[in-house]
Amino acid sequence: MIRVSNVSKNFADFAALTDVCLDIPAGSLTALLGPSGGGKSTLLRIIAGLEVPDTGTVDIGGQDCTHLPPQRRNVGFVFQHYAAFKHMTVASNVAFGLKIRKRPRAEIKQRVTELLELVHLEQFGDRYPAQLSGGQRQRMALARALAVQPQVLLLDEPFGALDAQVRKELRAWLRRLHDEVHVTTVFVTHDQEEAMEVADSIVLMADGQVRQVGTPDDLYERPASDFVMSFLGPVTTLAGELVRPHDLVLTAEPADGSVPAVVERVVRLGFEVRVDARVNGTPIWAQVTRYRAQLLGLRPGDTVYVRVLEDPARRAKEPVG
Amino acid sequence: MAKVALRVVALTYLLFLLVLPVGLICARTFSNGVGPVVAALTTPSARHAFQVTIETAIPAVLANTVFGVGVAVLLVRHRFVGRRALSALVDLPVAVSPVVVGLGLILVYGRFTPIGGWFAAHGIDIIFSIPGMILATIFVSLPLVVRAIAPVLEEIGIEQEQAAWTLGASARQGFGRVTVPAIKWALAYGMVLALARTLGEYGAVAVVSGNLVDQTQTLTLFVQDRFENFDQQSAYAASFALAAIAVVCLLAISLLRPKEGSR
Repeated sequence: MIRVSNVSKNFADFAALTDVCLDIPAGSLTALLGPSGGGKSTLLRIIAGLEVPDTGTVDIGGQDCTHLPPQRRNVGFVFQHYAAFKHMTVASNVAFGLKIRKRPRAEIKQRVTELLELVHLEQFGDRYPAQLSGGQRQRMALARALAVQPQVLLLDEPFGALDAQVRKELRAWLRRLHDEVHVTTVFVTHDQEEAMEVADSIVLMADGQVRQVGTPDDLYERPASDFVMSFLGPVTTLAGELVRPHDLVLTAEPADGSVPAVVERVVRLGFEVRVDARVNGTPIWAQVTRYRAQLLGLRPGDTVYVRVLEDPARRAKEPVG
Repeated sequence: MAKVALRVVALTYLLFLLVLPVGLICARTFSNGVGPVVAALTTPSARHAFQVTIETAIPAVLANTVFGVGVAVLLVRHRFVGRRALSALVDLPVAVSPVVVGLGLILVYGRFTPIGGWFAAHGIDIIFSIPGMILATIFVSLPLVVRAIAPVLEEIGIEQEQAAWTLGASARQGFGRVTVPAIKWALAYGMVLALARTLGEYGAVAVVSGNLVDQTQTLTLFVQDRFENFDQQSAYAASFALAAIAVVCLLAISLLRPKEGSR
C-alpha cells in the first residue's frame, strides 16, 4: 500500500500541498479528484518521485521512499500527453523498461507481445506513435508502464487529452484492466463522473488538502461538507441548505415541511425534466421524472409544493475524518 | 500579383548579393579548366592551409557541441537567477566584431599576460598558434548549436525523459536514449552551421594567428594572402573550395533531414 504522511510542498510562494496524510490500500483503484490547482497532480508526482516533498514522508509497500529517485521506486507513470518516445516503434516503447533492465531478448519479445494483446494493440507493434490515435497512444503508454511490473500504477489525467467518446471507452477499459491486473492504481482527474465510474475509492482534494476520502457512494450520499457535495454532483438551495435537485419532491397539495414554489420553466432532458422555480423569490431547481411532471401538469406560473425527500442517511453531515 | 512582386524582389536581392559573386568565383576558378585549379589547391602552402583549417575547425565544433547542448538544456529546463543574462551572453559573439574578439584574446592569452605567460612557461603557446585560433573560432561560432537545439528541446519538454526515469532509466540513459534521438537533426544542423561558420572565419583568426605562412594560415587567410600577392588563380580556387564545402554540408543536412511533420 501507499502511505503519505504529513506531506507539504510549496512552489515559490504557492502552497501546492499542506500537511497531506493519506493511505491507499494495496490492489485498490483510487481516484485523486478535485478542481485544478488543488494539488492532486503534485501529490501523484511526489508518490512517483518526480517531485520531492518539502516535509513529510512517502511509503510504498512498507518501504520509506521519500528520498528514492523515481528509477528505484518501481512505479509506472502515465502522463496526460502520453510522453510517447516518438522515435521508437510501439513495440520498442513498450520494451523500453525491460531493455534498461537488460532482460534476455526472448523474454522481452514475449512480454511485449503479451502486453500489446492486453491493450489491444497487437496489430500496431511496428508503427510509430505518430501513426496512432490519442486513445491508442495512451494504451501504449499504459502497456509501457505495466511492462516493468510496477508495484504501483500512477496515471496523471490519463484521459484528459482525449475526446468525449474515446474517454468513455477508455474509462470502462481501465476498470476492466484493473480487474485483470490488480496492480494498485491511482489516477488523477478533475471529472467527478470519471472518478465515480472508475474508482473503488475517491480522495477529494482542494487547496492542497484532502477534503474527504471514501467510496463513490460515501462521498455522494454522505458528503463531509458543502464543498464536497457541490463538487460531486448538481446542487440547489432550499431554505438555505444544499440539496440534490433529484432529492426534491414536488406535490400539487401542501404536505409536511413543504413550501410553495412558483414554476418558471420546464425543460425536458430526455427521461427527466428540469423544473426551474422560485421559493419566496429565490431560484431553485428540481429534477423529476417525465412521468411525475406530466402527472402534475407543470406549466410556468403554476404553484407547486416542494419538500426534501426524507432519508436520514443523506442528511447526515459528519466532520472530515 | 503581390506574391509575384515579392518573389521578384527577393530573387533580385539574392542574385546581386549572393548568386552573382559566388557564381563569378566559380566561373573565374574554372576559366582555364580544371588543371590549374587542382594545381593551385595542391601546392604545399594550400595543403597546409587545408590542414590548419581542419585542425582548428574540428576541435572548435566539438567544443561547441558539448557546450551548446549543456547550455541549451540549462536555458530551456532550468530557472535560475541570471538565466536571461546567460541567454544574452550566448548571443554576444554574433554582435561583437571578430576583430575585437581577436584583440581581446591577445590581451588575455598573449605571452606577456599572466594567463598566457603561465601557459608559455609550460610550453604551450596560445597566441600565434593553433590553440588561440581554436579559441577564436569557438567564440565566433558559440551560439549556433545552442540556438539550433533550444527550440526543439523546448518543444519536446521533459516528460519523455521523466517517463524514461520511471521505467528505470538513469538520467544519462534517459537523455541519451530519449532526448538525444529527438534533437539529433537539430543538433546536426547546428553542428553543420558551426562548421561552416568556423571554416569561413577570418577576422578573429587573422588577429590571433599572426598569419604565418605554412604555420598558422587557414584557408581564408590563404585566400587573402594569395589575392594580395596577385596569385588570383590560387585565391579563386581556395575560395571555391571554401564555398563548395559549405554548400555540400548544407545540402547533405537538408537531404538527410526528415521532412517537417513526417514523424
